[in-house]
Amino acid sequence: MNLCLLLQRVLPPPGEGINACEYLAQQLLTGVANGMLIALIAIGYTLVYGIIEMINFAHGDVFMLGTFLSLTVIQVANIRPPGRNQLPGLELYVALLGVLLLVMVVMAVLNLVIERLAYRPLRRAPRLAPLISAIGVSFILINIGLLWKGAAPQNFPNFIPRVDILNEIFKLNTAIYFTTKDLFVIVVTVPLVLGLQLFVRRTKVGKAMRATAQDREAAQLMGIDINRTIAVTFILGGALAGAAGLISGLYNNTAVFTMGFRAGLNAFTAAVLGGIGNLTGAMLGGLFLGIVSALADGYIGSRWTPVVVFGLLVVTLVFRPSGLLSQDTGDRA
Amino acid sequence: MTHPATRGTQPADGTRQGVSEVVGSRREFVKTAGAVAGAVVGAAAGVLPVTGRAFAQEAETIKIVTALPMTGSSYGQTITIVNAVRLAIEEVSRKVGSFVIEFEAWDDATAAAGQWDPAKAAELANRAASDPNIMVYIGHFNSGAAKITIPVLNQIGLVMISPANTYPGLTKPGKGETGEPDVYYPAGARNFTRVVPADDLQGAVGASFAAQTLKAGTSYVLDDTQLYGKGIADVFAGVSQRLGVRLLGRDGVDGKATDYRALATKIRSLRPDVIYYGGITQNNAGKLIKDIRGAGITASFIGPDGILEQAFLDDGGEDAEGVYATFGGVPPTAYEGATLEWAARYKAFAGGEPEPYAVYGYEAAKVALAAIERAGVKDREAIRQAVFATADYAGILGTWSFDQNGDTSLTRMSVSKASPNSGKLAWILQEVLSAPAL
Repeated sequence: MNLCLLLQRVLPPPGEGINACEYLAQQLLTGVANGMLIALIAIGYTLVYGIIEMINFAHGDVFMLGTFLSLTVIQVANIRPPGRNQLPGLELYVALLGVLLLVMVVMAVLNLVIERLAYRPLRRAPRLAPLISAIGVSFILINIGLLWKGAAPQNFPNFIPRVDILNEIFKLNTAIYFTTKDLFVIVVTVPLVLGLQLFVRRTKVGKAMRATAQDREAAQLMGIDINRTIAVTFILGGALAGAAGLISGLYNNTAVFTMGFRAGLNAFTAAVLGGIGNLTGAMLGGLFLGIVSALADGYIGSRWTPVVVFGLLVVTLVFRPSGLLSQDTGDRA
Repeated sequence: MTHPATRGTQPADGTRQGVSEVVGSRREFVKTAGAVAGAVVGAAAGVLPVTGRAFAQEAETIKIVTALPMTGSSYGQTITIVNAVRLAIEEVSRKVGSFVIEFEAWDDATAAAGQWDPAKAAELANRAASDPNIMVYIGHFNSGAAKITIPVLNQIGLVMISPANTYPGLTKPGKGETGEPDVYYPAGARNFTRVVPADDLQGAVGASFAAQTLKAGTSYVLDDTQLYGKGIADVFAGVSQRLGVRLLGRDGVDGKATDYRALATKIRSLRPDVIYYGGITQNNAGKLIKDIRGAGITASFIGPDGILEQAFLDDGGEDAEGVYATFGGVPPTAYEGATLEWAARYKAFAGGEPEPYAVYGYEAAKVALAAIERAGVKDREAIRQAVFATADYAGILGTWSFDQNGDTSLTRMSVSKASPNSGKLAWILQEVLSAPAL
């Protein structure tokens, strides 16, 4: 309790409707939820960089297409959101799970196709060539999104009910607004991220990925099929981006063809901040970025948030060029 | 005279020779006649363009163009404005006096921006300047675009009639930044007019509605950081404070951000009675209202005419219900008398319902056609003067005049509320007011 009083004096909230501790907690919650989404996309960037040392600029747009695809599937399969105060039935969640799996599979395949067509032929080319190719793919995907759903933002139906957990279920009389929607984001992204970590740490394919990231020639000498390993990396990245697309649609209830650029920029920043090539770094970088953005929005003002975020990025890179959780890259650096 | 062998050659004997001679000479005659005729036509064709239009084309063409955002979600509203302009031109059978009226609808938006684009607006102004047939420029929809094109068109003396630009600084001295409005008119003579009342009135009406009807004690003002949005938000902030509504905070909203939850939490901690948003739907206004309601804020949300369109109701979904919007005029659901009749004519012509600004497009086109008729000549200066001389014009919006600044004398304003109307949300008229005297 004393801490909260101290906080009230040091970092007071803008108004009196909520006390300092609760205000901070609310912004942290918003930050964590947004951060998890950014982390999902950042993992795609970091995996690809780790394995072929290339920034996949098109990754954010794969995320955008994931949202569009899930919106189209929901519209075509006529999955309807529940009424105003009705609780959704179990079939709805099963249907959404089906949509999730479908979107993950399709985006994984899309990412694989992109790798095959745009990046693999340039594997021996100078470093700049695949980068420009990635920018080109990004433009292609943005325009596909524009042709698909038009230039105006689309309304994504509201499937997740907005029930105030703390006040209505736990009956804690608090001003913190933690709803089932925020819970949903955390509950769905955490298993995905943990699942990926397990895959990379415990399975043989994951080991192959780590080996290829460490030293491509040595991995080849050990009998690892490089092409297949890289393909698996892109598949995983695409699947996560697709999942992030559906989750973003359900959480933000909006989809627009330019959202990939913004999300990609945030995710790329998060990946670099956490140490590009480092999986845990991408996750922590995403959380860090989400929290810093929310706190800057809440305490300073949303127009200053990009200044704060990118300022922190610059400062971090100046003092720790490989990012916060940088690995010793040895001879590669 | 030897003739080449052709079909039906006949043996050359005396009589035939005679005939062939006659035929030959007729052929010759035809040949020379043809040559002479050809020379005459050729000479005429060569001479005609030079002496030109004066006698070859009796009907001259006058072009009217519209410059509105036709890409992005504005399209739903701007296509109704374009259709209304077309209706006005069709109603006079595309002729005014001896002039044939041509119409082109231009787009000042780009897909990448999803709304009006400064570079595109500048391009349109230059395009209008280089086409000598264009006599009237009906545009723009967004005040930021007008800011760019007015000076360009001012220098060539092309008159503009805007159906929707409401930023006061475009015409009214002392109501905008320092230097406005003269900075828009480098050639001196005014060329910009608007058939819709400006935001100094609209913002005041919003403030008066908040203070008197909603009885708000505190407010939080947001804007979309563009010329129009920030302008009207400033007017609201100023007038509401003068009317006794305490201003708790003022913020700019980034139209490209993915969500506004942190901002909503900030607003929630301040507990304002009313939230005012100055801006257009295309700057993510729908997401803003979703996040504000999603944070549990029940304060009234008031916006200007920038959100008074179907696109905002679509974007905001169920969270758009209960939102108020001011407008210089009345929304289509409240049309009666002459405007209701016009709406039926519009529907028969274009199919579909008109959006709020369609009737202003119609009025702008009618004013343009009336000015062209009064001027009587295809001359930009004459038509510009005729437009500015519009006085006691009996139009679909009532009887009104342009003042020397190019503003309309109409001051009827309304406040509408997004309410359910046969299953869907629609803008329903709440109150008709005139601006408070300040």
